[in-house]
Amino acid sequence: MSVLLFADTTPEGKIKKNVLEAVCYGVAAAALMKTEAVAVAAGNASADALSALGRYGVKKVWQAEGEAFERFDGDVYTKALLAAAAKEDAELLVLPHNFHGRALAPLAAARLRAGLVSGAVALPLLEDGFVVKKGVFSGKAFAFVRIDSPKKVITVSPNAFPVKEAGEDTAAVMPLEVPVKAEDIRVRVTSAEQLSGAVPLTDASVIVSGGRGLKGPENWPLLEELAAALGAGLACSRPVAEAGWRPHHEHVGQTGLTVRPDLYMAVGISGAIQHLAGVNGSKCIVAINKDPDAPFFKAADYGIAGDAFEVLPRLTEAVKKYKS
Amino acid sequence: MKLLVCISKTPDTTARIAFTDNDTRFDESGIQFIINPYDEWYALVRALELKEQSGGELHILTVGGADTEPIIRKALALGGDEAIRINAESTDGFFIASQIAPVIREGGYDLVLTGKETIDYNGSALGGMIAALSDLPYISLATSLDVSEGTATLRRETEGGEEVCTVSLPAVVSCMKGMAEQRIPNMRGIMAARSKPLKVLEPVAADTLTTVVCYEQPAPKGAVKMIDPGNEEELVRLLHEEAKVI
Ligand SMILES: Cc1cc2nc3c(=O)[nH]c(=O)nc-3n(C[C@H](O)[C@H](O)[C@H](O)COP(=O)(O)OP(=O)(O)OC[C@H]3O[C@@H](n4cnc5c(N)ncnc54)[C@H](O)[C@@H]3O)c2cc1C
Ligand SMILES: Nc1ncnc2c1ncn2[C@@H]1O[C@H](COP(=O)(O)O)[C@@H](O)[C@H]1O
Repeated sequence: MSVLLFADTTPEGKIKKNVLEAVCYGVAAAALMKTEAVAVAAGNASADALSALGRYGVKKVWQAEGEAFERFDGDVYTKALLAAAAKEDAELLVLPHNFHGRALAPLAAARLRAGLVSGAVALPLLEDGFVVKKGVFSGKAFAFVRIDSPKKVITVSPNAFPVKEAGEDTAAVMPLEVPVKAEDIRVRVTSAEQLSGAVPLTDASVIVSGGRGLKGPENWPLLEELAAALGAGLACSRPVAEAGWRPHHEHVGQTGLTVRPDLYMAVGISGAIQHLAGVNGSKCIVAINKDPDAPFFKAADYGIAGDAFEVLPRLTEAVKKYKS
Repeated sequence: MKLLVCISKTPDTTARIAFTDNDTRFDESGIQFIINPYDEWYALVRALELKEQSGGELHILTVGGADTEPIIRKALALGGDEAIRINAESTDGFFIASQIAPVIREGGYDLVLTGKETIDYNGSALGGMIAALSDLPYISLATSLDVSEGTATLRRETEGGEEVCTVSLPAVVSCMKGMAEQRIPNMRGIMAARSKPLKVLEPVAADTLTTVVCYEQPAPKGAVKMIDPGNEEELVRLLHEEAKVI
């Protein structure tokens, strides 16, 4: 028996924060379940990067290497997960709730006939079965979901579980043999691009977001300067993306991206319930709006009732002063 | 081309969420139900566009009780040709997927579209599960989809980037923003929908692997701390010292 963790790596072979959070979640869950945490990685991350997972309490990492694993492929990566799960007799599989984890978890769960809880926000409770807390109704509530099957799969919500180093240990990295035939690769990737420059929203611990109150795309430099000073990612409300002021991938909310940064700053956004649904998991929310009755103030921790065009430059200055 | 769009019934996005029976049941009283927005705006509308371009048949599928019929009729009003309702209620993705897989097997669909996730249980799981149970390729979180001569070309989001990929049909695709724009059904569509076929099937035996034990409301938010305009330095201090987020 064991807990198997998916150590998702970037194309450069790095391990991101939300993946480390899931790793630490898995290690802590294994401790509760009185068993060991083992990781599986696919792709060509360096042995050093993987053995460093030992610091978080992982003893062993299975690595599926080779051409078939150079790019993410749902079917092929699932094969690697299942191969490692079989070797380790895994009872629980833990993945980050990122793009890759969300693609793999249901594929692996269905093949293992394992109950799946996606977006866990707390460790499993084991007193009465195996019960996992997750956000439901787009963050407006939580559900406690019991997994009744012998095998279980969990994806861990970003920014819900702390990364904790346990010591200086290194994990043993072992090659994982996964036979892949040409016909196993059914999805062909013809081009891939990383959005350059900006901080990806799903990684950002601080997000600065603009709404229709900013009047037009020509005013975005005000927001960009604040974002640059904070090292923040940029987001926007839906009407802003629909109007083409900003690209669609910046749209957050119920029908856009869900984000859970440490700090979410909403500027000129009214705070409609559908917008809040995508951001209400943030640890701290700041609203800046010239209307003191804007609904966003009810959901915020801090607020400034003022004109964004006056507040933003002063705030950027204040952040720069604090950072220096 | 034969298209299947899986739709789910969810509370309206503005619904106030409350629970009854000691927080073990979602309180449906006074709740307006809609088609899950990802299913309607992105999966269904894109399927309609593909059908308009190259012909074919578009079927709507939901696993749910009789109370899902209004959303099924709406999907038909938007342009679906026929609908299948599998008469079962469940919050378990594996159980729902086990109901849908045989329909896919028997229906001979070229494309099966789902939404990115339901806005109530937020599983983002069903597409992958039906793909695995039907042994079809799965493209998750797609932002565009085109089909030509039995091959689909898709764009999908990746961590901090984007990818273009191709896949031979049949395939399962989960759809998110970018895919299409919302449509409003017109009167003719609404009238036509009344007489379109809606088949009700009884569920097949399948395991339920997860159960919701109870719900919890988030802790009420403390009152907002207002800072006067002009005092931005104070905000920065609070974010650093009090909230500890910068
Ligand atoms: C099913 C459904 C799903 C939806 N999904 C989403 C979603 O995912 N994301 C989303 O964002 N929306 C979504 N919406 C839309 C949502 O209901 C709101 O219409 C939208 O969020 C409003 O955007 P906004 O706050 O930018 O614009 P507005 O509502 O126009 O608000 C602009 C705000 O700026 C303030 N303002 C104006 N001038 C200034 C100034 N000079 N300085 C400071 N403040 C100023 C105003 O007081 C106002 O509060 C959805 C709607 C529906 C029905
Ligand atoms: N009961 C259901 N019947 C048909 N399709 C569903 C059902 N539940 C979910 N789906 C589809 O699966 C997608 C993902 O749902 P979920 O995995 O529950 O987040 C939804 O966007 C729908 O397209």
